[in-house]
Amino acid sequence: MTAHALVEVVLYLGLLLMLAAPLGAYMARIYEGQARLAQKLAGPVERLLYRLARIREDDDMGWQRYALAVLSFSFAGTLVVYALQRLQLPWALNPAHLPPVSPEVSLNTAVSFASNTNWQAYGGETTMSHLTQVLGLTVQNFVSAATGMAVLVALVRGITRKQSQGVGNFWVDLTRSLLYVLLPLSFVLALFLVSQGVVQTFAASTTARVVSPWQDSAGAKIVEQVVAIGPAASQIAIKQLGTNGGGFFNANAAHPFENPTPLSNFVQMLSILLIPAALCFTFGRMVKDRRQGAALLAAMLLVLVPLMLGAIAAEQASNPALNDLGLDSASSALQSGGNLEGKEVRFGIVDSAIWATATTAASNGSVNAMHDSFMPLGGLIPMWLMQLGEIVFGGVGSGLYGMLVYVLISVFIAGLMVGRTPEYLGKKVESFEMKMASLVVLLPAAAVLLGTALACGVPAGTSAAGNPGPHGFSEILYAFSSGANNNGSAFGGLTASGRFYALAISVAMLIGRYWVIVPVLAIAGSLASKKPVPASAGTMPTHTPLFVALLVGTIVLVGALTFAPALVLGPIVEHLQLQAR
Amino acid sequence: MFKELRPAIVLLACFTLLTGVAYPLLTTASARLAFPRQAAGSLIARDGVVVGSELIGQPFDDPRYFWGRPSSTGPAAYNASASGASNLGPSNAALAQAVSARARSLREADPDNHAPIPIDLVTSSGSGLDPHISPAAALWQVSRVARARGLPEDQVRSLVLSRVQPRTLGILGEVRVNVLELNLALDSILSSGGSMVKLDHE
Repeated sequence: MTAHALVEVVLYLGLLLMLAAPLGAYMARIYEGQARLAQKLAGPVERLLYRLARIREDDDMGWQRYALAVLSFSFAGTLVVYALQRLQLPWALNPAHLPPVSPEVSLNTAVSFASNTNWQAYGGETTMSHLTQVLGLTVQNFVSAATGMAVLVALVRGITRKQSQGVGNFWVDLTRSLLYVLLPLSFVLALFLVSQGVVQTFAASTTARVVSPWQDSAGAKIVEQVVAIGPAASQIAIKQLGTNGGGFFNANAAHPFENPTPLSNFVQMLSILLIPAALCFTFGRMVKDRRQGAALLAAMLLVLVPLMLGAIAAEQASNPALNDLGLDSASSALQSGGNLEGKEVRFGIVDSAIWATATTAASNGSVNAMHDSFMPLGGLIPMWLMQLGEIVFGGVGSGLYGMLVYVLISVFIAGLMVGRTPEYLGKKVESFEMKMASLVVLLPAAAVLLGTALACGVPAGTSAAGNPGPHGFSEILYAFSSGANNNGSAFGGLTASGRFYALAISVAMLIGRYWVIVPVLAIAGSLASKKPVPASAGTMPTHTPLFVALLVGTIVLVGALTFAPALVLGPIVEHLQLQAR
Repeated sequence: MFKELRPAIVLLACFTLLTGVAYPLLTTASARLAFPRQAAGSLIARDGVVVGSELIGQPFDDPRYFWGRPSSTGPAAYNASASGASNLGPSNAALAQAVSARARSLREADPDNHAPIPIDLVTSSGSGLDPHISPAAALWQVSRVARARGLPEDQVRSLVLSRVQPRTLGILGEVRVNVLELNLALDSILSSGGSMVKLDHE
């Protein structure tokens, strides 16, 4: 670990917190309808939307109705994205004349973008027309993120409301998240990215006459380079801010047109964690106890920081398999060194490893280096961060509501230890909440493990792996971990466009999204209807270091116990094999 | 059930117009106004002909030029219409074989160079289009390029060092050299009789 790495980690997380605090405060005012200036500016648009859709702002929804609204909105979005891919016509903003996408990949992509996963079973520049990218994918980047934020706000209302039947109005929460937060932030970020070199044009490609004509492996002379371009910046801005992660180009944020400079890289890393971190501050303000939000943020950082440093250390090491080839992979003033397969020189080891942990801690899933080529332990870390349930920062909204479920579980465990009815922020946590919380924890984990087991048992599952041995198993485990936790990054060697994976990952993504949202809303509804209990001497405070430690312990223990056996079979075995050389 | 259908459809349509039409168009228009060169791909022209993008690497196999990183794009290397990586795992024998073959051809092109080869010169990049190599990788190639061009090694070395881009703010990213720009600068040494000319950025 070099001093430079530590400086960059401190700078990154320090700046993140400085930006997240004011944004979180702003979002709290938005959701409580108190941001006067913003509402003066965009209020007319907001009210016009409500008039067109016949929405009444004060129409309070019970949790079932809220859930139904979420599901119908997501379903409509899925249908549109599916249709756009199947109907990809040559004249419709399709300058490269790309053909319609296959049914199974279309389904996979539609589910993937509507569920905020953005798993990509296709290569962007070779599959999707500009029309599909902007009307389908960019739109879902926005609305799936806004959906997650809305569900979180409903859960927070469940905690704060007293004996109420409703948890708010989904359409209002959705519209506000989009109009006041995601859209303006994305516009600013997109323009910044263009200034760094991210392309933004509706042309398809540009052709260059290469400097030195060159022979390819078949002996043919290559004199031209056809460079794919497109409206990338507008999509990349929301892909990062909305923890989406689906790239415009196949190589995602490793592509120089998606992420051209160290500065564009740093700003994108900030935007990956920005809203999930800011929502912790929003939470603290909405429950009128800022220490509660700070405690959750502290727990997230306690899990993230050691793993981030671990990933840097793992990748900075040289690959023992290349030891005898007379190579120089030591870090020096003239090179970053380390394991550079699948990495870009402008990012080197440190920026690639920080990104890998940030993108999997958040359910973002964009990559600036290929995780499949990481060292075994360097790849284990992103995989495990996803398996923790995408609650360490996690998706926008979805990360924090997942974390709050873990808070309920921790409070419950503490209650069992001392023999008292557990309570959180004045609400009793009873058997209904615990049943729902168990569903949230168990179903995605089951989807990961059973999906991996199924894939290992069928030829279509194992033949898609791009690497032999334990690494091939890691590719399969990573795919289901990513899908069922709505991350979207991949060990890219796995061929995910075949029918088996297109369908199996679709199922995993559906479980990971909606089998979490519905129980979370059920918890929200149940908590909202309860009478608050006054805090007493026996109430366990939930903002203290003791509680943060208990929360981290619960998360790490559940994550380790559930996935240790599977991780041993993949990355751990591979690590031992490599070190034994 | 159907009560929520109307807002779902109407809002989805409105958001599609807002985020799928207005937002990209507004961004494109603003980008063209504020940063026209970057928005179109940061192209470099020489004598009025577009020879590449500052951000996209090109394949070089001529010993008179500096070579970039190995590229795993298909069907040919540095295919800027289909970015991609090898995705070879660290324990995959195919990785060690590929790296070993690359090291061999680098040494064959410069048999007297016995220095260890910088790792970025033998490992393929994440995008397959990496425009950079490390300064170490560029310096390793100085002897070959100087010999092939009949230039003094010192002149080529100082050209490399003049083209090193440092970390941003001393912290972000890594030191690097842009291979295409370095090679264009090399060419301009010859065309201007030893003195360097500045490239015109389109």
